[in-house]
Amino acid sequence: MALNKVVANAEEAIRGIEDNMTVMFGGFGLSGIPENSIVALRKNGAKGLTCISNNAGVDGFGLGVLLETRQVKKMISSYVGENEEFERQMLSGELEVDLIPQGTLAERCRAAGAGIPAFYTPAGYGTEVALGKEVRWFNGKPHLLEQAFDASFAFVKAWKGDTAGNLVYKGTSRNFNHAMSMAGKVTVAEVEELVEVGELDPNEIHTPGIFIQRIYKGERFEKRIEQRTVRKKEA
Amino acid sequence: MGLDKNGIAQRIAQELQNGFYVNLGIGIPTLVANYIPIGIDVEFQSENGMLGMGPFPFEGEESADLINAGKQTITALPGAVFFDSATSFAMIRGQHVHLTVLGAMEVSDQGDIANWKIPGYMVKGMGGAMDLVASAKNIIVAMMHTNKKGESKLLRQCTLPLTGTKCVTKVVTDLAVLEITPKGFLLLERAPGVSVEQIKNATEGRLIIEGDVPEMKL
Repeated sequence: MALNKVVANAEEAIRGIEDNMTVMFGGFGLSGIPENSIVALRKNGAKGLTCISNNAGVDGFGLGVLLETRQVKKMISSYVGENEEFERQMLSGELEVDLIPQGTLAERCRAAGAGIPAFYTPAGYGTEVALGKEVRWFNGKPHLLEQAFDASFAFVKAWKGDTAGNLVYKGTSRNFNHAMSMAGKVTVAEVEELVEVGELDPNEIHTPGIFIQRIYKGERFEKRIEQRTVRKKEA
Repeated sequence: MGLDKNGIAQRIAQELQNGFYVNLGIGIPTLVANYIPIGIDVEFQSENGMLGMGPFPFEGEESADLINAGKQTITALPGAVFFDSATSFAMIRGQHVHLTVLGAMEVSDQGDIANWKIPGYMVKGMGGAMDLVASAKNIIVAMMHTNKKGESKLLRQCTLPLTGTKCVTKVVTDLAVLEITPKGFLLLERAPGVSVEQIKNATEGRLIIEGDVPEMKL
């Protein structure tokens, strides 16, 4: 018998969330963000959250909705533009922000899920990112010691998932979702299509269900586009 | 006088070699994709998790699930592949990407680059730039030679917070192509109609001029 990770809805999926927890959110820009779990967290009202997410959403969508309600104490991201409320809170000192290189962010997630407590990377050497970090030379090049994250929850989003938590992503929405799914002590996956075990081709699953503790079908996916760039069809 | 942004992109496109995997940054670097020389096959890597990036989609075919690192909607070419962020940066740190082209606010004559933060302004973050410059073997900077105040962006030392040290290999500006050498910026080519004197005046860092400096061929 395959394990069954299915929960009824987003409210049930976020059960156990508490004030001051460290929480991960998959997505790059607005692509592949766990929209439904974010809405449920807003309703839940948990405060003082440290959020690990490559970006911080936009005003009124994505993590922007948790910034509006001041539920976020600290953001750990690589890039945080395009969000006026974020900017206001950062400049006023209400919000702590830790900016780290994108590859280091991804690897600190992967390492957390892979049982690697720390690793050396060349990214950031000689910059302010290196302040206070151990430097070690390998193959004639300096590297910084970076530590794995420690997150109570990871919220990820996939295109399809089965009841055992196996996930398939679409296009570039995979981004941070895979590494973060490995990293959460409790990983919650929301999917557009939830299917029975056996319906996904095992050869084409991106994230094995072992990394997922809870899965549910999202009630509503807006899938907003941040920068719509198109070309005209030639006549 | 000098090249426009498209001209800079066109000159950088001449650096593409058959079989290259290439990462293009936001701004002028993105334009390089418009000038791939005939007979050269390259594949573009987007650090949010894609190889084989194609042009913008036709109206009505855009998808929130298919974007580039600048968050613009794009398309996938035949042979494209999607992957997760950790794998994407394994490609970058592991030097599987042959060429990185990115913009900069300042470059020093030792190859240091500053392109992510201006003190006193809202800091948005470095994104993937620090990972890219720390690991790539071949980094070309695409930028204007001077800033809006007319001050040189090719310096003895960067004044802005650094993105990476001793990493840039070449700089292509509206005025010139320069290679970073242990002794400073080696002037390789002049933009059409631009004199060596003009380049000297616009370069604050150490500039090396050896013999006649040819004009770029575009």
